[in-house]
Amino acid sequence: MSMTLTEKILAKASGKRHVDPGETVWVNVDILLTHDVCGPPTIGIFKKEFGADAKVWDKNKLVIIPDHYIFTNDVYANRNIDILRQFAAEQDLPHYYDVGTNRYKGVCHAAMPEEGFTRPGDVLFGTDSHTCTAGAFGQFATGIGNTDAAFILGTGKLWVKVPPTMKFVFEGEIPPWIMAKDLILQIIGDIGVDGASYRAMEFAGDGVMNLDMEGRMTLTNMVIEAGGKNGVIEPDQTTFDYVRARTDYAFEPQYNDPDAKYHSTRVYKMKDMQPMVAKPHSPDNKATVSEVKGTHLTRAYIGSCTGGKLSDFVAAAQILKGNTVGVDTYIVPATTLIRNQLKTEMVDGKTLWSIFEDAGCKIGEASCAACLGGPADTFGRLNGEEICISTTNRNFPGRMGSKKSQVYLASPYTVAASALTGKIADPRDYIGAHV
Amino acid sequence: MNKIISGKVFVLGDDIDTDQIIPAQHLVYSLEKPEEKKMYGKFALSGVPEAKSGLPKGGIPFTPDDQYDSEFTIVVAGKNFGCGSSREHAPFAMQVAGCKAVIASTYARIFYRNAVDGGFVVPFESFDDVSHQFRTYDEVEIDTELNIVRNLTTGVSFPLRPLGDVADIVEAGGIFAYARKHNMF
Repeated sequence: MSMTLTEKILAKASGKRHVDPGETVWVNVDILLTHDVCGPPTIGIFKKEFGADAKVWDKNKLVIIPDHYIFTNDVYANRNIDILRQFAAEQDLPHYYDVGTNRYKGVCHAAMPEEGFTRPGDVLFGTDSHTCTAGAFGQFATGIGNTDAAFILGTGKLWVKVPPTMKFVFEGEIPPWIMAKDLILQIIGDIGVDGASYRAMEFAGDGVMNLDMEGRMTLTNMVIEAGGKNGVIEPDQTTFDYVRARTDYAFEPQYNDPDAKYHSTRVYKMKDMQPMVAKPHSPDNKATVSEVKGTHLTRAYIGSCTGGKLSDFVAAAQILKGNTVGVDTYIVPATTLIRNQLKTEMVDGKTLWSIFEDAGCKIGEASCAACLGGPADTFGRLNGEEICISTTNRNFPGRMGSKKSQVYLASPYTVAASALTGKIADPRDYIGAHV
Repeated sequence: MNKIISGKVFVLGDDIDTDQIIPAQHLVYSLEKPEEKKMYGKFALSGVPEAKSGLPKGGIPFTPDDQYDSEFTIVVAGKNFGCGSSREHAPFAMQVAGCKAVIASTYARIFYRNAVDGGFVVPFESFDDVSHQFRTYDEVEIDTELNIVRNLTTGVSFPLRPLGDVADIVEAGGIFAYARKHNMF
């Protein structure tokens, strides 16, 4: 009996030869991820249920990356970091990345691959919906709540319903002005914010396999915006080169069986893809950039696990270089490493950092920052009636702060082009020929 | 779980995401300390745009500005309730405010799972979107054995889907109670 990649990972993790979509299985967890928002309540439930002196099931499999509310004066938020710090000390955790130290990482989903925790064939649960990002590495990765995470902390296991897989195939060479963000916005617009509920979304085809790991991560990152349980891409040499450069840990990659059964398959031609936006107030409120070109903006934002990776900033810099922004533009590198790379990575002989500074952008510290609003003093937060174009992942009412604000989601190319004019602009006017 | 869950209903539309259920700036309070915990009741569903808060009229806060508890026991909504983030604070905040059950035509899976595994609110599914059959403040009663919701104000009833696989966890009061009952640890 043939299985998809997702089914094979879950079969392996549950010690079964075969699983079917819809079947409930108990899986052994390879990695549990948590952060400063959901870590403290998870720890609270763990201690309540397993005892104040209980030890976690396997300290080498627990990763705690504070990233949400770091650079704030909010006393509760700072108290929550203290709770993580104390728990890491109590449990002698090797994978805690403390704030204010040189171990501080920033956004967990971008830091996990950097640290070698996104391993093909493994099972990763995280107390954050964008945990699905790690599926880019051929891992089964999905978001859970605090109670489920506390259950894993004590037992190393969790029940999971095997999802049917929807396959999304991209054929052909990606046009130079199109980024992975345009592809996933197209898909979400086509199937809706609940179009993949309870299902796996697998990305395939030469158009996907020719993307680098960061591009693939942009695709899997946003499957949750279509309601998907996990996003996944078959591992290949690109995956192994990336992972092997960062960890010696053993892993068993899994692949689709040749005659695996899919819930559905959609095929896209790369040559037909357009620069896309999601209009306020939903990630599936799609429009082509051409349709909304000229829309008035008051802010641009480049950051988050979705659009704050090094390649996202390289893309933005290609458009911003030698220009000055026309609206407040915030640059928020996802991780400390990426922030440092802004100072060394060059476009046309200038560092990204100096390109952004010269263009008049505001550059922040590595964290989730205004992607999800956060405390009132969060860098880049929309505190009023701003109209923002952003490389982030959600634009539901109030997502980036005030519920009076409006957010357009787009690729780093489109956001950078729009930042220059203060109106939604077409990256084709800056990158390659307009067709 | 009680056989009958009854009270006033609060009506919402489609795609109510977790930022609307509990805005991210409020995720900082302790879920255990009573003085902080009550803030989740105060801010439950405070992110819903005013015009869509308490349908069909709108403009009705789930929890009044100067209060920590809601007068609404049951929430009825359209499709994809609880989409967005994985924050368990969302069903938790609804429970702290006094909500016992949600009826929606579909749920985002993490919210559904959190509601069940944490034992916060019972997430019932209607067969069709029935949200337009209710007006905020209507008196409503859910019969959890017959899987029926009755709008006592209008006298109309609607069937609900059986809880199915998760019924045992809901009945036990959450995943920990369920696991203990089955000697899983």
